[in-house]
Amino acid sequence: MSLELAPEPGRREDLPLELSDEQESVKITGFWMFLVTDVLIFASLFSAYAVYRPRVATGPGPLELFHFGPALLETLLLLTSSFTVGIAIYEMRKGRPGGVMAWTIATLALGAAFVFLEIHEFASYAALGATWHQSAFLSAFYVLVGTHGAHVSFGILWAVTLLVQLARRGLTPVTARKLYTFSLYWHFLDVVWVFIFTVVYLMGKIA
Amino acid sequence: MRASTFARAVPALVASIRGTPLPRPAQDPQYVVLHPVGPVGRSELHLMVLAGVAMGAVILAVFVLFAIAIVRFRDRPHSRAPYRPNWHGNKWMEATWFVIPAVILTVIAIPTVRLTYSLARLPAHRDPLVVDVTSLNWKWLFEYPGQHVATVNYLDIPTGKPVLFELTANSPMNTFWIPQLGGMEYTMPGRVLPLWLEVGRPGVYWGHSGQFSGHDFEQMFFAVRAMPPAAFDRWVHEVRRRVPVMTLADYRRLLRFDTVAEQTYGGYPAATFPSVHHGFTLAGGMYMVMHNDPQAN
Amino acid sequence: MPPFARYLLHTLFPPDVLRPTEVGADVLILATGVIIMVVMTRRHKWRHLWTEWLTTVDHKKIAVMYLIAAIAMLFRGGVDALMIRTNLALPGSPVISASEYNAVFTTHGTIMIFFMAMPFIFALFNAVIPLMIGSRDVAFPRLNAMSFWLFAFGALLFNMSFVIGGSPNAGWTAYPPLTERVFNPGPGENFYFLSLLIAGIGTTMTGINFVVTSLRMRAPGMTLMKMPMFVWSALATSTLILFAFPPLTVALLMSLIDRLFGSSFFTLGHGGMPMMYVNLFWLFGHPEVYIVVLPAFGIFSEVVPTFSRKRLFGYETMVLSIVAIMLLAYGTWVHHFFTMGAGPTVNAFFGLSTMLIAIPTGVKIFNWIFTMWGGRIRTTVAMLYQLAFIPTFVVGGASGIMLATIPADYQFHNSYFLVAHFHNVLIGGTLFGLLSGMYYWWPKMFGRKLDERQGKWAFWLFLTGFWITFGPQYLLGLKGMTRRMYTYPLGYGWHTLNVISTLGAFVMGAGFLVLVYNIVYSMRNGERDLTGDPWDGRTLEWALPSPAPEYNFARIPVVYERDAYWDMKEKGQTLANSLTVRDVHDLELPRNSSLPFFLGLSFFVVGFGMVFSWWIIAGLGFAGVAACLVAVGFDYRGPKRVDAAFIRGTEVALGRLRA
Repeated sequence: MSLELAPEPGRREDLPLELSDEQESVKITGFWMFLVTDVLIFASLFSAYAVYRPRVATGPGPLELFHFGPALLETLLLLTSSFTVGIAIYEMRKGRPGGVMAWTIATLALGAAFVFLEIHEFASYAALGATWHQSAFLSAFYVLVGTHGAHVSFGILWAVTLLVQLARRGLTPVTARKLYTFSLYWHFLDVVWVFIFTVVYLMGKIA
Repeated sequence: MRASTFARAVPALVASIRGTPLPRPAQDPQYVVLHPVGPVGRSELHLMVLAGVAMGAVILAVFVLFAIAIVRFRDRPHSRAPYRPNWHGNKWMEATWFVIPAVILTVIAIPTVRLTYSLARLPAHRDPLVVDVTSLNWKWLFEYPGQHVATVNYLDIPTGKPVLFELTANSPMNTFWIPQLGGMEYTMPGRVLPLWLEVGRPGVYWGHSGQFSGHDFEQMFFAVRAMPPAAFDRWVHEVRRRVPVMTLADYRRLLRFDTVAEQTYGGYPAATFPSVHHGFTLAGGMYMVMHNDPQAN
Repeated sequence: MPPFARYLLHTLFPPDVLRPTEVGADVLILATGVIIMVVMTRRHKWRHLWTEWLTTVDHKKIAVMYLIAAIAMLFRGGVDALMIRTNLALPGSPVISASEYNAVFTTHGTIMIFFMAMPFIFALFNAVIPLMIGSRDVAFPRLNAMSFWLFAFGALLFNMSFVIGGSPNAGWTAYPPLTERVFNPGPGENFYFLSLLIAGIGTTMTGINFVVTSLRMRAPGMTLMKMPMFVWSALATSTLILFAFPPLTVALLMSLIDRLFGSSFFTLGHGGMPMMYVNLFWLFGHPEVYIVVLPAFGIFSEVVPTFSRKRLFGYETMVLSIVAIMLLAYGTWVHHFFTMGAGPTVNAFFGLSTMLIAIPTGVKIFNWIFTMWGGRIRTTVAMLYQLAFIPTFVVGGASGIMLATIPADYQFHNSYFLVAHFHNVLIGGTLFGLLSGMYYWWPKMFGRKLDERQGKWAFWLFLTGFWITFGPQYLLGLKGMTRRMYTYPLGYGWHTLNVISTLGAFVMGAGFLVLVYNIVYSMRNGERDLTGDPWDGRTLEWALPSPAPEYNFARIPVVYERDAYWDMKEKGQTLANSLTVRDVHDLELPRNSSLPFFLGLSFFVVGFGMVFSWWIIAGLGFAGVAACLVAVGFDYRGPKRVDAAFIRGTEVALGRLRA
């Protein structure tokens, strides 16, 4: 009997493109772990927001401050962008780089509109004098919502570099894996936004 | 101002106000935590002893087992100890060391939980003396809302009566600790925390802050003078009659980042301590909700 | 002097970094720097340093760099400790002033936890985890290098505070509002928050890396329940990191923007609430305790079977208890502040959960004892640290239970009893474990053993010094001495015990010097490990030559048993005697990259700029970070191919392949 040795890894043609290469599929596992840490970041920020919400000091509270319209529009934009990025992945599975590019660009446009609206919203609050210096509530609000906005902005820049890579290299296990992780990231931000919309805006208006 | 120098000054100061000096403590124990003079400190000590004995037993048992193992199974030539290289577990033995610690911990846990709850309530049917404590940089302000007197860096309390300390800070956090009376509690800006203690024997004790709060933190000792109720009442009376009232200007001087000698005031402005629900602790709850923020005024 | 130069001088060298200690340190650092530069230049080593070390993605080399950093930081933290102890031995005539003392105890704690214990752990993870699980590297080698450089530049930023700008001085926990600008106007706390943020990103990435490595990179046949215990501890530790570091990041960020941008999270007014920080900090801080102690548990579970020449007792319960500790670790954080008025129900819950942790920990202790029971114990230095660990840690754990009895904790909290307790578990647990691991795996990392006789000297000095230092501190706590006082009045009976404690600290310092001598001596004169298996080991790393070649395994073996290498030895079929030329093929290894280094450097520039609110510099740093990330995205160089002929040559030279 001799020592049994492991075979060297090869391509798995039976799996989707982004999982077909062992190394790339390991990276997707890694990205899930990153998302775990990001969930924890937002969980901490949400808990801080919940604690700080009544601590308005001399500043405005959620009821006076928030306007429903912009928040609803932001929600619609982001939810739609989650749908479009889903189609981009569908196109990727079908092996159509053109469709992937088009739907990713649509996602980006929706994301950019979202970020623009959010900046506009923040600026309008600040113009009323509601800066984060005013109260712990406002600090928690700006940091929670702003962290999400920064994530979306980062996602947009990331996707722009992905589009360039896609245009240059087409669909390979590597670009497929990158697109797939980007879509995970984008869906994740969408879920976080649903919570923000509920906890910050809806509950802010009801309470 | 350190407690040791204060302790020397105490008799003279007391005499100047009341005429009769306080009795010095009969002994001067160094292991203050082990020599409590009130019911809170005593019950905490009892728990400590219980946990200490139980843990001592565990330590002893492990040490014995460990000593046997390393002496008997040391690798020596011609060792006659059994050698079982593939012995890798025994369900019953492993279950045993899940159960034994669990039993020991239960023995400790039950009185722990009981005492945790009972110390969170004031003793029933006994009206406490209320002292509002504010830690400042780097000094202690004690206000007696029922007596309308205030002291800085020393504390006068009657014996045989629960004292409810309401703790807050107008500075970074500190902890309020009088080891011989009982355990400590944080003073925090923006919150008021309750802590009750009781002293059984007249004497001079000392307190200190346990939480680092900046440059002169180590000077935050304060003297605690426990005296019979009648003497305490006389002291209050004398202070109110003879000593001037604290003005807001005085209070602002206390807010400076410095240390001061002990001070006495025959009254104090209302805005210096946040207003709190008093009935709350008596009912057994813990949070004292503040209604106004001292910084907001 | 032009106003700009005056501003610069005043900012970088304010009066509190122009004291004798700091200026002395400046001179020493400059002198050391110059000597290193001269030696490097004269020996033409710069290129070697860059290509072989600074740009490496090889886990074994990253391990070495982590280890060097950890030992350097152990020195810095140790010197801080000696300064603390010296002051406390001389009440009334303190050697260093209150402001120096406050800086020193802050940096002592911060460095020992974040910049000594953590890199030491990562050094050992990197050195052996891939070898133990039969892998050619960690899951993400380049990310691994990024983690290292973020840690290294974070550590650099933190240590710089001593000589530039001023040290942080609000304790390693940095509770607000003491860290708010009103109370702490200098740049010191900025250094603290920014360096921990930067190093924390690195640590989080390391956590991700080792979770995925232990889940996805194991050799075929090595199921989860056949993983060596050290790998289990790495998996548990890394999982804890994933869950613990984000709350810390948020807490640090809140404090930082309070300080730099005037938000109101923890301010005295405006509804600020310092307790939010305390909760977030300990939501990280308590799991952190287990992050640093679980690897030690894992190390002991490797060391004890090897040096008892016997299988580990109760592997299943060991795994069970490590997982139980991991889960319970999240449910105990409030025990760090029972005295903050959380109410009896909350306190009781967290007191009980704390006591519960003692059960799995106790199980591990008994399992180790019964691993020795019926074995043949060899008292090597690695094993001595383990033998010292058991009684020491049991005492530390017992005092921990006493701290968990809530009402008694009201008396112990923030007293020297607490200080004694956590040093008892951190030194007796973590440091003894890490040193044990260092002595155990040193031959695997460097190809030579550490001298055993010198190692024993260092060990005995450490152990006796430890007890002389921290035994008296338990008593000081009962005498009512609270922590972080730079001096204290006489008359409380604290003096004598403090003097004893200080003597002990110097004995430990002597132990450290012997340890360093031991390392330096053994680098040249240590016994060479030619077999790759100097201790008669049981796990896969010993199947490889020492040090392992760059590709680790010419071929990865299939694993059948828990003690995989022991199993191979029993069957007489090891990697050293079974490979034939036909088995060896071309391999792919990750390519070196300079991006991790530049990413770390860019973060350092960001941090440095933000410490002093020099926004242009910070902006340049951010641009650097963005450039590095884009470069990472566009880096399509494939892996480096190592051809079979080279591997055959290497293996033949090592005597592991018949030509």
